[in-house]
Amino acid sequence: MSIRPSSLMISAMLLLGAAVVALFVHAYSSTDNGLAARARLVGQLGLTDLALFTEARYTRHPSQADLHSAFQDHPMSLDHFPSGSLVSPPRHNFAQPAGVQQ
Amino acid sequence: MNTSFARQRYLMDFTLHSMLRRKGRNLVLFTVYCLVIFILASVMFFGQAIRQEAKTVLADAPEATVQNLVMGRHALINAKWVPVLQNVRGVRHAEGRLWGYYYDTVNGANYTVMVPPSGDAEHQLQPGEVIIGPGIVANRSLIRDKYLFLRANYGEIFRLKVKDRLSSDSALVSADLLLMSEPDFRKFFQLPDDVFTDIGLTIRNAREIPTIIGKIGVRVPGSRVVTRSDILRTYQSIFSWREGLLLALLGASIVAFVIFAFDKAAGLSGEERREIGILKAIGWETSDVLAMKFWEGALVSAGAFLLGLVLAYGHVFFFQAGLLEQVLKGWAVIYPDFHLKPHIEVLQVVTLAFFTVVPYTAATIIPIWRAAVTDPDAVMR
Repeated sequence: MSIRPSSLMISAMLLLGAAVVALFVHAYSSTDNGLAARARLVGQLGLTDLALFTEARYTRHPSQADLHSAFQDHPMSLDHFPSGSLVSPPRHNFAQPAGVQQ
Repeated sequence: MNTSFARQRYLMDFTLHSMLRRKGRNLVLFTVYCLVIFILASVMFFGQAIRQEAKTVLADAPEATVQNLVMGRHALINAKWVPVLQNVRGVRHAEGRLWGYYYDTVNGANYTVMVPPSGDAEHQLQPGEVIIGPGIVANRSLIRDKYLFLRANYGEIFRLKVKDRLSSDSALVSADLLLMSEPDFRKFFQLPDDVFTDIGLTIRNAREIPTIIGKIGVRVPGSRVVTRSDILRTYQSIFSWREGLLLALLGASIVAFVIFAFDKAAGLSGEERREIGILKAIGWETSDVLAMKFWEGALVSAGAFLLGLVLAYGHVFFFQAGLLEQVLKGWAVIYPDFHLKPHIEVLQVVTLAFFTVVPYTAATIIPIWRAAVTDPDAVMR
């Protein structure tokens, strides 16, 4: 007796469904991959930024950069590092300046 | 209950046989659908995991740093402001921080050079010693495995003993980090004794931060305060920005898929119309035809969705998002090799399912319903 296609399909769906459930179990039970070590180092050294793009200082430390840092090499210069298009200027630079009470 | 289940199973069997007759077409559709889900889910998983990572890792970043601005640019801050800031009510501790950048001509990489704060007993250094991050270890050969030679911009060569290496677990924040003692740092960058890069503050009560910022603005003219919440917000927006950018780049391919799927689902081929006509003529009801087509849409979209989701999870969390990594890398020579902590949210998965599975299934049903309610004779002609 041959297997009905619907049996195969239901089994495949159940298998995939179980795989997705397993993803949730894996995500919630996984070890921290050194997350605690990273967080501890940040606290010890007082680090402010993630080392994602190291080519320019406004991309290495976006939280410490000012709005002009991408354009400061010479007058009228434009940001010339490609990651400048991936990193947005720090949002707090658009906020009201320090000392101004809201 | 059992009869209804058996009935649906027969319909499913029939649908699968009918799909097998158009094997090639359905296989292509399934593969493309699966690929689209895979890409969307990869971007979503990666964006969410790295946002979560930044939030957790930077939760201990300095509560506030005070920078000096000259002509709108970050400049060195005079040490005389440290006691002034220390005396602001609500500030527990103020400490001058020394950090800067060094371009290494040997391998064309940029390092972040930093003096460990005085409170960090684990990383204290004597003059002549350094601690280096995992990215430097990987990109720079050390002399006799323990000496690092750096050339200051005025020509002097510094011979520094590598006291320790930061663990590769911390690469996301420390890949390019070079820790140095204060006397070495000042000598290396020819920095006077009375200046710092910025001043880090520890604050007693986080709710007082806006008031403290107000006071600093008055007492230290020309200063700018970056708070921990500013840092966290910056990272949340950076990653949302990048996720959006990737999705915008993928936009064209997603639109192409939508057209492809809609064409496949909405435009009934003559063969399919004839099939519906024959089924109606031999006594199938409209609801049966609809149920059959519902199964077709649901099997393709749910199967592609589940498989795409599983593949995307593996790609991001087991293979470090190899396909997205290129977008992240940029020109940076030192780039952290990091493993994100798996993170998945039910809401995101449900949203992705809602915007992919539901429209496809709906797009399959509507044209079938139109064909199914017309007279079999008219449909067959």
